Amino acid sequence: MRRSVKYLLFTAAILAIFLLLPLHAHYTQRYSSDEIKLQMTKLQGLHVTDLCLATEARYTRHPALADRHAAFQEHPLALEHFPSGSMILPNILTRDTP
Amino acid sequence: MKQALERHLNILDFTLASLLRRRAKNLSLLAIYLLVIFMLASLAFFVTALKKEATIILSDAPDMIVQRLMAGRQDLVPADYAVEIAKIRGVTAVRPRLWGYYYDALNGANYTIMASEDPAVASGSAIIGAGVSKARNLAVGDLLPLISYDKSPVMLEINSIYPHGADLAAADLIVISPDDFHQLFNFPGGQATDLAVTVRNPKEMSTVAAKIAGMFPDSRPILKSEIQRTYQSIFDWRGGMTLILLTSALISFIIFAWDKATGLSADERKEIGILKSIGWETSDVLLLKFWEGLVISLTAFLLGVVLAYGHVFFLSAPLFAQALKGWSVIYPSFQLVPVVDAYQLSVLFFLTVVPYTTATIIPCWRAATIDPDAAMRY
Repeated sequence: MRRSVKYLLFTAAILAIFLLLPLHAHYTQRYSSDEIKLQMTKLQGLHVTDLCLATEARYTRHPALADRHAAFQEHPLALEHFPSGSMILPNILTRDTP
Repeated sequence: MKQALERHLNILDFTLASLLRRRAKNLSLLAIYLLVIFMLASLAFFVTALKKEATIILSDAPDMIVQRLMAGRQDLVPADYAVEIAKIRGVTAVRPRLWGYYYDALNGANYTIMASEDPAVASGSAIIGAGVSKARNLAVGDLLPLISYDKSPVMLEINSIYPHGADLAAADLIVISPDDFHQLFNFPGGQATDLAVTVRNPKEMSTVAAKIAGMFPDSRPILKSEIQRTYQSIFDWRGGMTLILLTSALISFIIFAWDKATGLSADERKEIGILKSIGWETSDVLLLKFWEGLVISLTAFLLGVVLAYGHVFFLSAPLFAQALKGWSVIYPSFQLVPVVDAYQLSVLFFLTVVPYTTATIIPCWRAATIDPDAAMRY
């Protein structure tokens, strides 16, 4: 088989996988939506306010509820201590006026 | 038609042979290009999926959280704040929340402890997250010993464990009864960590927040929309992790494109000169270089995106997990629901494949238009 045909077949195979990704995502979402609802039912009533992404510091565990001077939580002039603090930036709230 | 196809196949054959002649150089180029695309696509998949999960999980968040600040730090909220806030027109419910953090000296983990009025959480029992269960090797029916703030042991029987699927919200949670909460933290009566306020009309949220801030100047109302926005901004392109990866990937890519666009090696010029002297047209040479650019960039793009999908949605993004984990002992297992954003992939395609292919053609066009004799003597 010619080298060019081999290459084109290889590209067609990856392209087919690439085009199947949105389909896979769509069907997984459909399949897991019931499961997510079930899990959320178990958590209902707790009124979770934050995602459990990093548990090493208050301001990365609950960034939405953190003090205003986060990420310098421990003291306004304290340097960032926790690695995840450099990934999860301080929350700057801007409120829409009514 | 057949003739044109045959011409393309012939040129592609020659391109592949030419790429394989400089095998080491081109394979390393492909590997680095693939790595850049892989990192950028992984980031796009990870961030989009996390944003979507955040939207679903935070849809259950209270309409408004009211905190009290003391000397710039969050302080306990007196119960009479809840009574006064409940009198505001438009407020349908005010629920004092009891929650806090517990540092486990045994394994160095931090737990989030929440009190729940749920009858399923009786005094002396607890519901724990899968992360806590793993960190302490606990099963349903086991006893979880905690040390209270007056140094007396608090024994909690594990009632149930949240499934791994709920890790993103509850990996480090320990849900206990309000009585146990007061005992564990020596928590003063008539106080709450914060207040969860329910407002009937979402349009009145800002007005109610302004009224609360007016009534209690030391209070800090946080709206649900602000909580949701926090998570949209954490994973924004300006966010810490995103910016670091995006910058390093783009700089590497600029170095590639710059290297290609600034000129050809003496060997490549000589090759173009020979091809022209044996009868190749300028258009053939350009087609050859177009295929050369396309073979490298399209293969890197398609393979990079497919591998990134597997990395994020099948392997739970181990590369990013390390960055987010930091020194955390409890870390959620990221079983993210796949989301493919066609817009992001199109932007990635047009930012990588198109400029690279163009950058390959331009210097060749300059070399292909000069006299073959001059090109060979270069």
